[in-house]
Amino acid sequence: MSFFGQLTEKPWLTAQGQVDNLHDGVAFSLPRAKLALRIFLAVVTVLFLLLTIAYAERMVHEDWRPAPPLRLLWLNTAMLILSSVALQWARSAIVRAETLPLSRPQEMEHVKWGLTAAGVFGSAFLAGQAVAWWQLDSMPFLDITNPAIAFFYLITGLHALHMLGGLVAWGKTAAGLDNVDLSRLRLSIELCTVYWHFLLAVWLFLFVMLFSGNDNLANFLAICGIR
Amino acid sequence: MTDITPGTVDFVPPAEVKEVELYHPKSWITKYVFSQDAKVIAIQYSFTALAIGLVALVLSWVMRLQLGFPDTFSFIDPSDYYQFITMHGMIMVIYLLTALFLGGFGNYFIPLMVGARDMVFPYVNMLSYWIYLLAVLVLVASFFVPGGPTGAGWTLYPPQAILGGTPGRDWGIILMLSSLALFIVGFTMGGLNYVVTVLQGRTRGMTLMRMPLTIWGIFMATVLALLAFPALFVGAVMMLLDRILGTSFFMPSVVEWGEHLQYGGGSPILFQHLFWFFGHPEVYIVALPAFGIVSDLISCHARKNIFGYRMMVWALVAIGALSFVVWAHHMYVSGMNPYFGFFFATTTLIIAIPTAIKVYNWILTLWRGDIHLTLPMLFALAFIVTFVNGGITGLFLGNAVVDVPLSDTMFVVAHFHMVMGVAPIFVIFGAIYHWYPKITGRMLNEPLGKIHFWISFLGAYAIYFPMHYLGFLGVPRRYFELGDAAIYPPSAATLNEFITVVALIVGAAQMVFLFNLVWSYFKGKHAGSNPWRATSLEWQTPETPPGHGNFGKQLPVVYRWAYEYSVPGVAEDFIPQNLPPDQIRYSDQRAPGAQGAGA
Repeated sequence: MSFFGQLTEKPWLTAQGQVDNLHDGVAFSLPRAKLALRIFLAVVTVLFLLLTIAYAERMVHEDWRPAPPLRLLWLNTAMLILSSVALQWARSAIVRAETLPLSRPQEMEHVKWGLTAAGVFGSAFLAGQAVAWWQLDSMPFLDITNPAIAFFYLITGLHALHMLGGLVAWGKTAAGLDNVDLSRLRLSIELCTVYWHFLLAVWLFLFVMLFSGNDNLANFLAICGIR
Repeated sequence: MTDITPGTVDFVPPAEVKEVELYHPKSWITKYVFSQDAKVIAIQYSFTALAIGLVALVLSWVMRLQLGFPDTFSFIDPSDYYQFITMHGMIMVIYLLTALFLGGFGNYFIPLMVGARDMVFPYVNMLSYWIYLLAVLVLVASFFVPGGPTGAGWTLYPPQAILGGTPGRDWGIILMLSSLALFIVGFTMGGLNYVVTVLQGRTRGMTLMRMPLTIWGIFMATVLALLAFPALFVGAVMMLLDRILGTSFFMPSVVEWGEHLQYGGGSPILFQHLFWFFGHPEVYIVALPAFGIVSDLISCHARKNIFGYRMMVWALVAIGALSFVVWAHHMYVSGMNPYFGFFFATTTLIIAIPTAIKVYNWILTLWRGDIHLTLPMLFALAFIVTFVNGGITGLFLGNAVVDVPLSDTMFVVAHFHMVMGVAPIFVIFGAIYHWYPKITGRMLNEPLGKIHFWISFLGAYAIYFPMHYLGFLGVPRRYFELGDAAIYPPSAATLNEFITVVALIVGAAQMVFLFNLVWSYFKGKHAGSNPWRATSLEWQTPETPPGHGNFGKQLPVVYRWAYEYSVPGVAEDFIPQNLPPDQIRYSDQRAPGAQGAGA
């Protein structure tokens, strides 16, 4: 029954009591860590949503000066997409390894390569972001009081911090590759994959709406009649 | 009351948890210091929160001394005064109330009341406490840095919060913002634990709708906090960058002492939106656990099931949801569009509906109940009247037209102290008197408790009722002294003296409470395992205080909700949640099944 469906139960009724006695105390049929990750991602969504709203709120003022576009961000975006794809590949491989014992050694090789590639591409994304910050910083007439530039540093910085946290989790997962408990390894890889895809989605949103240089958020605000 | 017949319950498999899932400490350090046991973490949270809360209490005395007797104390200058009000407000709201309700009560009671051995992620739970402690230490450090703590007011509004002339501009504001960011990181770790434990860690038979309302209150408050704290986090980080790196998120073009600062183009109102998008849910982060706890106190000490349980749960959910769409009622005087004010005034008044439902349900629970005027019940009753008082002045302030003249007066100070200061604190006291026997195994001393209660209760009204009147007179909040302003009658100064004297007396009464906590720990009457004859699971543990893993070898199995009091025909006037139906004793020797209880 759905979460809100459960709220309509009448715990004092006979029939309900008989059903309730067999309840196993779990609201959602998924592992605790997965639920915790989803809730955490909801919190992170609120964080980036608020930053976007703050950005938009500032953008509607007439004195808004957009930040100079950085072409490097396209390359960084490609790195992040590759990282996500690699992790997805590792995830599919570990599922196959678990279900098809005969091809396990081969699939575990795929898992290893997938994980490694995800880490490399993920690190490349972070390094690329650092270079982008440096590029912006070394531009002549950089004005830190320009909100567009300050927002760029703040939002990409917070995204990179989340990515860094993801790499710590990735490192722990990669260190546990030799773990005989395949289901535990699968859970770790699945959690990493969900987190990676989420951060990719956040980045694509931020990149397309705020930082791709063609003022998509401004156009969106104009369509809404706000700007 | 339930009517299931004892024989009709099917076989219920035991809810045993594999031992590997429970972390076992191996040394004194991991058992009592870096402990992963939620009960130890709860006590660590509570002591830290109470210790920093005492600092905030002392700050309030100093402020009251200045307000009551201006030009008397040379050790309080205007800068000190602003620093004291800022630290008092921030500490009380965030570092005491939020931490104590969620970190303290949440950690202790969620696993016990839902029938779990511990939180689901004990290591993260431990980290949560240590980051909280770090946040508190960073905050305390600001008292010792050059320039002292920030004096920006607890709302920390820019631009003044980071401009010269505001006390603590050099270091205080940096430490305050850093401390808040740390607190939020720590809280998020704890909050994930509380939510996932409630959703996924319950014992067999414990459906969501069989949970005690205490857990519902803490659960909803945690959800609110998880979604609201990011706004404060964003605001704090942005202001920190404005202060340290010279960005202009919130800083407009400013001329200071004839000099044009490098800032330009920021929006101070943006900070207000972010702050209050957190700040209003924060009121309910403190209030919802109080609502939940007081429901359980009233039900247990009136020996009657809670009236309208489902409605109570729905009201908690509704209040939680509505609390995210009322934030700008704190900003009526910020120059916003009047239509905006109309919207927020409307949502603010709507939130009174689920809140009123809860108040009616508490009163209807008391109606014809077997009311025992124990200390928890006295504090619960005090909460209801205080909350109603504070809530009703909230309806005044929620209307933009009434708020504008009352804004920034003592009326506002009186309102929010009644509704989110005194009222939740009464629940904290009630809860401590109620659960102290479970946590320590001994009862708190009742005569000392009565002294504490009556002085606190009557004193709170003696402090805050006159303060509303001061607000009507137009006495502004945050002023160091009124001076010789002719617009205030002499009675305003006399009232201020009166309030100060009472505040000091109420403060002294809290020392009686602290003494009671220590004295009773060693000399208090032995409590036994269930002195209040309560139904919920924490009172059914094999050991008191509950041991490691909470429930001995086997987890309890739940057969009913937590409000089975005074069931007709049953020998005892309460039926524990985990008592199997075939073990219920009936008073009139009827054949089991004729009219049973305990589904």
